[in-house]
Amino acid sequence: MSAAQARPVTGDPAAARPVLQGPEVGRVVDRMAHELLEKTRGGADVVLLGIPTRGTTLARRLAARVQAFEGVEIPTGSLDITLYRDDLRLKSPRALEETDVPADGIDGKLVILVDDVLFSGRSVRAGLDALADLGRPRAVQLAVLVDRGHRELPIRADYVGKNIPTSLQEAVHVMLTEDDGRDAVLLGPADVAR
Amino acid sequence: MKRHLLSAADLTLEDATLVLDTATELAQLTERATVKKLPTLRGRTVVNLFFEDSTRTRTSFELAAKRLSADVINFSAKGSSVSKGETLKDTALTLEAMGSDAVVVRHSWSGAPVNLSRFIRGSVINAGDGTHEHPTQALLDAYTMRQRLGRIEGLKVTIVGDILHSRVARSNVLLLHTLGADVTLVAPPTLLPVGVDQWPCQTSYDLDAVLPKSDVVMMLRVQRERMGAAYFPSTREYARRYGLDVRRVQTLSDDAIVMHPGPMVRGMEIAPEVADGVRSTIVEQVANGVSVRMAVLYLLLGGAEPAIGSDDQ
Repeated sequence: MSAAQARPVTGDPAAARPVLQGPEVGRVVDRMAHELLEKTRGGADVVLLGIPTRGTTLARRLAARVQAFEGVEIPTGSLDITLYRDDLRLKSPRALEETDVPADGIDGKLVILVDDVLFSGRSVRAGLDALADLGRPRAVQLAVLVDRGHRELPIRADYVGKNIPTSLQEAVHVMLTEDDGRDAVLLGPADVAR
Repeated sequence: MKRHLLSAADLTLEDATLVLDTATELAQLTERATVKKLPTLRGRTVVNLFFEDSTRTRTSFELAAKRLSADVINFSAKGSSVSKGETLKDTALTLEAMGSDAVVVRHSWSGAPVNLSRFIRGSVINAGDGTHEHPTQALLDAYTMRQRLGRIEGLKVTIVGDILHSRVARSNVLLLHTLGADVTLVAPPTLLPVGVDQWPCQTSYDLDAVLPKSDVVMMLRVQRERMGAAYFPSTREYARRYGLDVRRVQTLSDDAIVMHPGPMVRGMEIAPEVADGVRSTIVEQVANGVSVRMAVLYLLLGGAEPAIGSDDQ
């Protein structure tokens, strides 16, 4: 399955190598917020929808940075993709995460899906299916903190925090202060369980 | 391996909490975000096997399965081979041969779903068996309590009426005990089952003494159709001693709620003003039933193996 659902490091923390740490993560998010403003010409009509858990946190951070830079308030929400996953039948059912769409909905808006790691692209595909059930956006873009390659579907990101070339034997862990107590992107051996 | 939902006692605290949390998210999706159809169970077949009359439970399961894109086959004993003398086992095997992934069964025999689970490969969900259990009703009642009162642990829940014939009461006692609520059963002595002292709850014959301490009052219907003999002198006397009328409701604490699993008999166990009052959750219970049953179907059928429920027999 996709590594887009990064979770806390389960194995030996020493085995994971930091790629980004502390304020470096903040600078990357700042750059993405600037790119977002540039590409969407000021962020009008934009809705940020994060894929839980860390995608939702990232979406909130991006919105906060955009607000700080230009005073534009971007509606932010969260989109659970569990019920749309193509690997549901491969393991026991997972607990659902929160879906919270801004009150004005997504019809006619420019929706930017936000996730922490882009890997196979399957999470994003599930996200696109979930979006189609919620309404009809004017356009959909994708923002990810880390693109680690190994796509299995024709999907690419519009905003990339950092490209990290990886092997399939490696796992990327994104840690965010709100969820994990600190900011970091770690590269380590893949969990055996996965 | 877990596969079935036969008894409320099958659910651990973690299982029950997972069902309630899942139901909360599903309700959020289908109500607030107005997603009417989810693709999750596409290609799975759910058989509603109803040997006993039911409107809300059968419709609720059907709607729940359809909202998750499962195919639904409704089977009622009337107008089927059962009226020609086919046994429960043969009926079930026939349905399984047609490729059902889950059988939702209601039967007037206590234990019929357990029996069924012994020779069926798919999941069996108990939708009410005789006077035994009705686990999804207990789950939706718990969901409604949590939604209205914000918690279940520590709640004082009073269940009033025909406990003897009630599968709802037994499932509620078992589930609410798991979830940490204190349950008191109130009924005339003739309508309490033998062995109720072994249940994880208290009992009382005096409704007026229990009401002021209650956070939740759940009224049960007197099941005339299951009664061969007289269990109380008259309907009027029953209503006066065990019916929830306006005067009794005034003795409840300010945020106490009134529940009823339906179908209710207005004027018997519950006064019309109470059934339609602000404390009443009766209509919410029906709506919540769909979300809770979606959660159960998703957790039993959504993955490679179920996330909740009982082991193979």
